[in-house]
Amino acid sequence: MNRFKAFIVRWVFSTNHKDIGTLYMWFSLVMFLTGGVLALLFRMELFQPGLQFMQPDFFNQLITMHGLIMVFGAVMPAFTGLANWMLPMMIGAPDMAMPRMNNLSFWILPCAFGILISTFFLSGPAPNFGWTFYAPLSTTYGPESTDFFIFAVHLMGISSIMGAINVIVTVLNLRAPGMTLMKMPLFCWTWLITAFLLIAVMPVLAGAVTMMLTDRHFGTSFFNAAGGGDPLLFQHVFWFFGHPEVYIMILPAFGVVSHIIPTFSRKKLFGYEFMVFATLAIALLSFIVWAHHMFVSGLPLTGALFFMYATMLISVPTGIKVFNWVATMYKGSLSFETPMLFSIAFVFLFTFGGFSGLMLSMAPADYQYHDSYFVVAHFHYVLVPGAIFSLFAAVYFWLPKWCGNMYNERLGQWHFWLSAIFVNITFFPMHFLGLAGMPRRIPDYALQFTDFNMLATFGALFFGLTQLIFVYNIIVTIRRGKKATSQVWESAEGLEWTVPSPAPYHTFDIPPVIK
Amino acid sequence: MSQIKKLMLRLLATSALLSMGTSLFAVDSSKYNMPFGVTPNSNQIYGIHMMMFWVCCAIAVVVFGFLFFSVFKYRRSKGAVAAKFHGNNKLEVIWTIIPFLILVVLAIPATKVMVNINDTSNAELTIKVTGYQWYWKYEYLDNGVAYFSKLSTPQAQINNQQLKGENYLIEVDNPLVIPTNRKVRFLITSNDVIHSWWVPHLGIKKDAVPGFIHEMWAKVQEPGTYRGQCAELCGAQHGFMPIVVEAKDEKSFDTWLANQNKQAELVN
Repeated sequence: MNRFKAFIVRWVFSTNHKDIGTLYMWFSLVMFLTGGVLALLFRMELFQPGLQFMQPDFFNQLITMHGLIMVFGAVMPAFTGLANWMLPMMIGAPDMAMPRMNNLSFWILPCAFGILISTFFLSGPAPNFGWTFYAPLSTTYGPESTDFFIFAVHLMGISSIMGAINVIVTVLNLRAPGMTLMKMPLFCWTWLITAFLLIAVMPVLAGAVTMMLTDRHFGTSFFNAAGGGDPLLFQHVFWFFGHPEVYIMILPAFGVVSHIIPTFSRKKLFGYEFMVFATLAIALLSFIVWAHHMFVSGLPLTGALFFMYATMLISVPTGIKVFNWVATMYKGSLSFETPMLFSIAFVFLFTFGGFSGLMLSMAPADYQYHDSYFVVAHFHYVLVPGAIFSLFAAVYFWLPKWCGNMYNERLGQWHFWLSAIFVNITFFPMHFLGLAGMPRRIPDYALQFTDFNMLATFGALFFGLTQLIFVYNIIVTIRRGKKATSQVWESAEGLEWTVPSPAPYHTFDIPPVIK
Repeated sequence: MSQIKKLMLRLLATSALLSMGTSLFAVDSSKYNMPFGVTPNSNQIYGIHMMMFWVCCAIAVVVFGFLFFSVFKYRRSKGAVAAKFHGNNKLEVIWTIIPFLILVVLAIPATKVMVNINDTSNAELTIKVTGYQWYWKYEYLDNGVAYFSKLSTPQAQINNQQLKGENYLIEVDNPLVIPTNRKVRFLITSNDVIHSWWVPHLGIKKDAVPGFIHEMWAKVQEPGTYRGQCAELCGAQHGFMPIVVEAKDEKSFDTWLANQNKQAELVN
């Protein structure tokens, strides 16, 4: 009983950034597996034409929950967890600036997802309008559980905003003496910028769901044309949140990769200042491109052209980043431990997703791509071998620092190669499906789409199973495993490597001095 | 033995590449690529798509070339020693400006096509398309002809109790009939939630938004049957509201329309 109490006190009431970081990481791992199981369920239905396992409405619930859980439950909390663990150690601070708020912002999340997932077990359908919840499908036509969804999204937003405030205050105020902004590790930079994006757009999302709520219950007509409102207003508001949101999910990944590639190339990051400026440029541009999600929604011609040009521009700073990573590897001394493998795959496959993104930015071509499997392929390429691979890389890179034990390199290599192969088997055929005319979000399809769907389902199943290697490797590493040195990686640079492994509960009580 | 094996492998690889190549770039009804289509719009869109595809391929060869060159050449296991440089402003400027110039070059044809495909003026026939949960309604506004168009695939096929037909899920009871060689304007709207009217061969995808009317047009070059589907999640039966467009030559279209008119009068 006492042990149980101690456990609760340690983990529920903790205000320690490392504990909270750990909580975030475990939470996001659980959510990642949950969202993955949902994906496998609907991929199973899509294995062949005809309805085999579920009714169309349940299919819609699955895709909706898969999207929401992966975006808000897996990717975002994982990066917040990394921020909690790493930011204070990277800037030589003893903790996050607001530890109590930190605790609250984590514990809101399980509540939010408890509420969201509970809708599966209520009478009536769970949210079934896609993770983009376009009105009026989600307002006038939404199931009763939509109100649970609205409340859950509000909670997630509050949690994210608190987390973002904490990051900004920490990075701006708690840096060790001598660490100027332009000496800060890149992960701190990308997270600082991400935090500003979060503060700017999460309230917009909250506004969108609040308008939904009043439309549903208080007789307003924000999104109801019959009452003088505008269904397209919803899309504008949603994507004003939604587009910066995709950068919220990828900028920290850029940061992670910018630590790992130099470490295993044994060479300093190429063009640090330009990496910082490129991140800033991407963040600023992300606010003026939202309507490229709406090229077929009935934008006026000039509006569509503006958003097309602005969207194309994003490829310039993104290109700068890719070129700098490649230039970092050029004339380095490369070795290929698991974090490096995942990072190289990140650069390769994220850029690949960037190419389909450039194609999608072309408004006329988007008339064919939009809402087809081509789009599904595109955003899964930037999110899975993009954001998620960078998270795998980060875990393998910093896990020895967190738990003091070295992970099993052979298992890590297996995890990498199987993931890299199956992620492509899953998502590559989707390009063909989309181009050949298969719309997204359909539970059943015409016969000519059968073989690629079978291939994608096959890939998805094995990609999912591969992740069990990852889970096993983490658990085994935490329990036993070779002791790691404080340096862990011979040419790793940064304050986090100056503290012992595992990192003591309190680090940098006295700030280090940076030359 | 090993040489034969190598040769076999090489043959296999070449034949696979060749077959992929030919099917990838076959002009129409490809399983791998966007259809070239049968309207000026779809042809132009296809042109932009292929232009982008090749430009991306070219950039990919350069970027991934450097990436894999570095990965294979500068291995520590091969005794590579890391250089000390970590920046070059001239290089940064170059790889900022060159992509920008490429974008400008790409934007010009894209803008032209965008202007063309949104020009719905001077249409010879106007058809109003209305999305419903979960079927379409077509109204020939100048002729008073109107009818609904619903999925005609039997439920038994969907539930795997019957063999699936050739056009499983992309067949309807009353297809939309349009003439070839005439500019047809579509007014697209919805009666309930947002739908999206997508016919790949016509190069048209436009959201049907309740309370709003969006325009798109097509001038079909060859008679035939063109199939598409609703492209915006619109509820449970979203996957079951296909679109079938039958393009008839002008004479048969006029006869068809006159017949429809007669039938409409008979009903009245």
